Amino acid sequence: MKHILRSEWTKIRSVRSTVWTLTVTAALMLGFSALLNASARNTSGGPIPGDQTIMLSLTGTLLASLSMATLGVLVISSEYRTGAIRTSLMAVPKRMSLLTGKIVTFVAISLAVCTVAAAGAIGVGAAISQPPSFELGEAARSALGSGLYLTACGLFGLGLGTLVRHTPGAIVSAIALILVLPTIANQLPGEWGRTVAEHFTTNAGLLIVSGQANGSLGPWSGFAVYLAWVALAITAGAALMRHRDA
Amino acid sequence: MTAIRARRLSKRYGGTTAVADLSFDVEPGRVTGFLGPNGAGKSTTMRMILGLDRPSGGSVLVDGRPYHELRHPLRKVGALLDAKAVHGGRSARNHLLAIAHSNGIPASRVNEVLETVGLREVAGRRIGGFSLGMSQRLGIAAALLGDPEILLFDEPVNGLDPDGILWIRTFMRELAAEGRTVFVSSHLMSEMAQTADHLIVIGRGSLIADTSVTEFIGRSSQGYVRVRSPRLAEVADLIKVGEPHPGHLRVTGMSTLEIGTITARAGIPLEELTYVRPSLEAAYMELTKDSLEYTS
Ligand SMILES: Nc1ncnc2c1ncn2[C@@H]1O[C@H](COP(=O)(O)OP(=O)(O)OP(=O)(O)O)[C@@H](O)[C@H]1O
Ligand SMILES: [Mg+2]
Repeated sequence: MKHILRSEWTKIRSVRSTVWTLTVTAALMLGFSALLNASARNTSGGPIPGDQTIMLSLTGTLLASLSMATLGVLVISSEYRTGAIRTSLMAVPKRMSLLTGKIVTFVAISLAVCTVAAAGAIGVGAAISQPPSFELGEAARSALGSGLYLTACGLFGLGLGTLVRHTPGAIVSAIALILVLPTIANQLPGEWGRTVAEHFTTNAGLLIVSGQANGSLGPWSGFAVYLAWVALAITAGAALMRHRDA
Repeated sequence: MTAIRARRLSKRYGGTTAVADLSFDVEPGRVTGFLGPNGAGKSTTMRMILGLDRPSGGSVLVDGRPYHELRHPLRKVGALLDAKAVHGGRSARNHLLAIAHSNGIPASRVNEVLETVGLREVAGRRIGGFSLGMSQRLGIAAALLGDPEILLFDEPVNGLDPDGILWIRTFMRELAAEGRTVFVSSHLMSEMAQTADHLIVIGRGSLIADTSVTEFIGRSSQGYVRVRSPRLAEVADLIKVGEPHPGHLRVTGMSTLEIGTITARAGIPLEELTYVRPSLEAAYMELTKDSLEYTS
């Protein structure tokens, strides 16, 4: 596995799409934080409380989830698009080892970059809105939550990319599952509809960023539910990858 | 040890049978040409050898084992399937480095193989901008990374200029001379005749011939003797086995000496008496004519 990880690290660091998607992610996190905190400061008469600053600072997470999902998709779909997957599988014929290598490499890079970007966003936000009191522990927990959430979104993309193999198709599915369908799910009527909506992908996953609970789930249980969705996509993709011709 | 051993190998894609009940061995120390018309199943067979496509039936072993059981496969087998199937955004060096790392091959090998194929100067350039010839060389560099005993090339000279073709041909001969197994596909007999020692010919996925190049020439097509004479009709009557063609007679099964002796006794003057050697291309066309997928 050590060899495979070195190989995947070399691959991911040597293409522009990695640099681009990570840059966009960081820019969205910092940009939204600056924008929202500045406008909150201008419109509110008094000081902005610390927990509200943190919340505003991490709003970029909502859109950054898509740039991370795109990177996740590309990690595998770009190999299918170019045919380079054959070279990869000739080098590592155990397909599940190859997929695991890609997942581990992606998680390491994504966790590092996204958590740092989230921490930076909180720092920028706090510098702008100057909250009277600021809980460092809460800030750290939120930054980590955002890093975890964004990494899970990237893995969702990676799973969908493995499943669909086709870049645009996988990105559209990722947008649907991360952004569009959760909103639609919120319109479901009745008690049953509400439970479904609360468990639906990012509706559950985002709880770890806000640190709040919805009716059915808390931050960590919500994240666990989101991870189950991600695992479903990856498992389905892996099953297909195992059996079909490369 | 037999390098590649296929037994009753079959592959179906939905309704199309790409490979049917194919058995052959590829031996080390020589260039084995894998020959067949377009769509014969050469690339499919190579993908099955490399564990990329799953056979519908039968098996193929590399060095006695299924490909996916090789621990560091690239140190045993190097292959060039499709030179353009690479991520164009990467530099040649990073492309090779990623492949080298995956099999624990030292990074220093990357420079060595770049040197071997003559790409050292462009190692830092994006491979998306490479010409087909440069891509082929890069593909060969990748195949050589693990210093493998077994090499597979799928139509390596496609789209190359004469210099490039000569380079690859010489290179494959050298690899075989070092005792390696070289298995190379082509749909052109003329190409293989100059490179290969042994031929495996397939058509419509089935084996047509498995033979040495010399044997192939001798067996599959006979030469003939071309006879011209102002009194051709009399010659035809005399030797009986001649096949009339416009302006000349084609005789198979008799030597020039036999024909010359007969006509000399009858006092018939000859304009031409020539033995026409069998052409390899003709022999190949003859063999594969029943199995052509697409006829023009
Ligand atoms: N992935 C696939 N799906 C469906 N059919 C396929 C697939 N791959 C190959 N075929 C079919 O299998 C047959 C053999 O194809 P293959 O590419 O192996 O031939 P080939 O001998 O390499 O031909 P060429 O000289 O043109 O490269 C063809 O009829 C082809 O259309
Ligand atoms: Mg082919």
